[in-house]
Amino acid sequence: MHRRPVALLAAMIVGLLLLAPGTAHADETPAPDTPSTAATPATPIDDFSDSGYSIAVTLRNSAERDAEGVAAPVPGVTITVTDADGQLVGSSPTGEDGSVNIPIPGKGDYTVELDTSTLPEGATLSGAAETSKTVPVRLKAPKAVQFQIGVTGIQGPGFGTELAQSLVNGLKIGLIIALAGLGLSLIFGTTGLTNFAHGELITFGGIATFVFNRGFGLPVIAAGACAFVAAGVFGWAQDKAIWGPLRRRGTGIIAMMIVTIGFALLLRSIFQYTFGGSTRTLSEYVAQRSREYGSVLIADKEIGIMVVAVVVITITCIALARTRMGKAMRAVADNPALSASSGLRVDNVITNVWLLGTALSGLAGVLLAIDQQVKFDMGFKLLLLIFAAVTLGGLGTIWGALIGSLIIGIVSECGPLFGVPASIKDVGPLLILILILLVRPQGILGRAQRVG
Amino acid sequence: MDFGQVLDAALSAGLGTQAIVFALAAIGLNVHFGYTGLLNFGQSGFMAVAAFGLAASVTTFDLPFVLGILIALAMPVLLAIVLGVPTLRLRADYLAIATIAASEVIRLVLGAVEFKDTFGGSNGLTNFAGAYQKLNPYNERLDLGIVSFTRNDLWSITVGWTLVALSCLVVWALMRSPWGRVLRSIREDEDAVRSLGKNVFSYKMQALMLGGVFGGIAGIFHILKQASAVPTDFNTTFTFYAYAALLIGGAARVLGPVIGSIIFWFLVAGLGSIFDQLTKGADPFMPEWLMTDTQASLVRFIVLGLGLMLLMIFRPQGIFGDRREIAIDGR
Repeated sequence: MHRRPVALLAAMIVGLLLLAPGTAHADETPAPDTPSTAATPATPIDDFSDSGYSIAVTLRNSAERDAEGVAAPVPGVTITVTDADGQLVGSSPTGEDGSVNIPIPGKGDYTVELDTSTLPEGATLSGAAETSKTVPVRLKAPKAVQFQIGVTGIQGPGFGTELAQSLVNGLKIGLIIALAGLGLSLIFGTTGLTNFAHGELITFGGIATFVFNRGFGLPVIAAGACAFVAAGVFGWAQDKAIWGPLRRRGTGIIAMMIVTIGFALLLRSIFQYTFGGSTRTLSEYVAQRSREYGSVLIADKEIGIMVVAVVVITITCIALARTRMGKAMRAVADNPALSASSGLRVDNVITNVWLLGTALSGLAGVLLAIDQQVKFDMGFKLLLLIFAAVTLGGLGTIWGALIGSLIIGIVSECGPLFGVPASIKDVGPLLILILILLVRPQGILGRAQRVG
Repeated sequence: MDFGQVLDAALSAGLGTQAIVFALAAIGLNVHFGYTGLLNFGQSGFMAVAAFGLAASVTTFDLPFVLGILIALAMPVLLAIVLGVPTLRLRADYLAIATIAASEVIRLVLGAVEFKDTFGGSNGLTNFAGAYQKLNPYNERLDLGIVSFTRNDLWSITVGWTLVALSCLVVWALMRSPWGRVLRSIREDEDAVRSLGKNVFSYKMQALMLGGVFGGIAGIFHILKQASAVPTDFNTTFTFYAYAALLIGGAARVLGPVIGSIIFWFLVAGLGSIFDQLTKGADPFMPEWLMTDTQASLVRFIVLGLGLMLLMIFRPQGIFGDRREIAIDGR
């Protein structure tokens, strides 16, 4: 049992290595014995301009910039392209705009060489200062090759600072996920239903904030409070209109899950229909200036978001542990049949869970709207991260959802620091989700017998 | 309103290439969900790995077309192993969450700018369908009065419906075999099957692979018919629409997914055309404050969502299904 995960991990790593493009060709650079052919093309160069394949080089000197801060083009520098056999393919000086497009016959590996003797005064190669680069060409389109000129090493913030900043951002996103995840976990715990419409409950909170703020002219904080209440009412109405009747009809869990998918589609399309497809802003706190705390930049609204999230989560947890209704909810989550026979009105408790869960998710939407503004699919984009968080912590457990959310938030924000491409930073949490199912499917805090 | 135009749009979609892609993907989901009770919410991921398996083999790595197809068909099997090993021993909703997450990972990685040299970034890959188009025996377009198809569409439709027919034949033959009966028993009561000495995990894995390969065929056909492979085509909504198509026709029926896809696209395209006409022109039938033409394209999705809910509540067996066969509860 323990060997399999290791083997799988190894297979994944090999797969990732195979994905890394073009690195295998780096050592095929031919000996640089062709500078003379560059100046006077002794052999007539074939015309490849019809092939559709080409190498495009644009040279800009970052040390010289015009009034708008655009780097100045470097004209008249000879660029030579040779193929994998060292055969000359084309050679041409860069034009007035600093760019040149050299057609090539087709796919393959090409070496692009820059003649440093033709570089104008004041322009020096920077970075690794390579004069030739070998590039793989795979697509029928101009292949851009870059040479760095005149960049005077801009010192980024240190690793420690960046890490601290990412941790704070991750904490913020993690807390927002935690609110929504708490809602999902409560509903799953008491009804066994994996709610695929949960993302839309978050969006509901965001859009309700927007409506109260822009439509009724309330200040953002008051609008957020109204949206929180509206989300609770929405959850109550949902249970009364859809989920309650379905429970009483004895509809299976899987069938209900597919109903939630239909409901998600319905809600998302209605949001897009009424709200439009673009991102809209609230009236306040849109671009708030960040303050420095030590070396970390935090805006006031971000502190507000974190404080609200922490306070609401704490109150919820205390209420679940101490109040009558909280105990009833945990009892129903533990064993519905036993709770019913002990005199609890299970259906009533579940209605309250829907109310509470939707209100919490709505609040997550309110905070997300203040942080990142409002869009019709803002919650849908968060849904998978919430699933990952809740599964990581243990489906149906309250504390697990909290820990899982914080881990997921921090992993997705800190991933780019450790080499995860920023454009796919959501991949990290989703891979964690798959790995956690492999080694500990009940999650960090879940009990093994729940999974079966 | 021009009903001829509505009928044309509805029929060309219902009989055309889009319905074929859905039919193939839904046949795969039928093996997973209908026969074995596995909740695969990542069918678009299976389609994507196969589609890009072919496109990247041919375009990026210059391999022959036939080898590309073989690689493409192997990819969903690999994905099924990677996803199945951790989740098939667990409760049904874990597989659902893992597969939906995997399909998003696959889509994001395929579209990432960092892998542009291999997968072409968000624009995807082209120039791999030459060998497929060269096989086209048709010389001119076909005009049937109400509907007409271009030369390329005609070729894709011929290939596509042949694939659908073959897939149905395979599913029909497998599901009446002893192997298929074991799958159905797993859906009904896993523990009972286990107590009879069957290796439930192994059967589920085989079902996941088989359905994944059908999904892969759908992905390959999808990129061949439009001669380009774009990562955003393989998003999670696609999987949900394929489920809708399967449930309309009726799960656990050989022809359920096929009929379902035809009806699904007939309705989606027909509704789209009706609302498009209602809101078009200088003096549209629908007042501007109620519905603009951008909103008109969304009405069908609202109807679709509502339809999926009502279908699952009131007639979970779909049009042809048997209610007793779909009494699943996922434990």
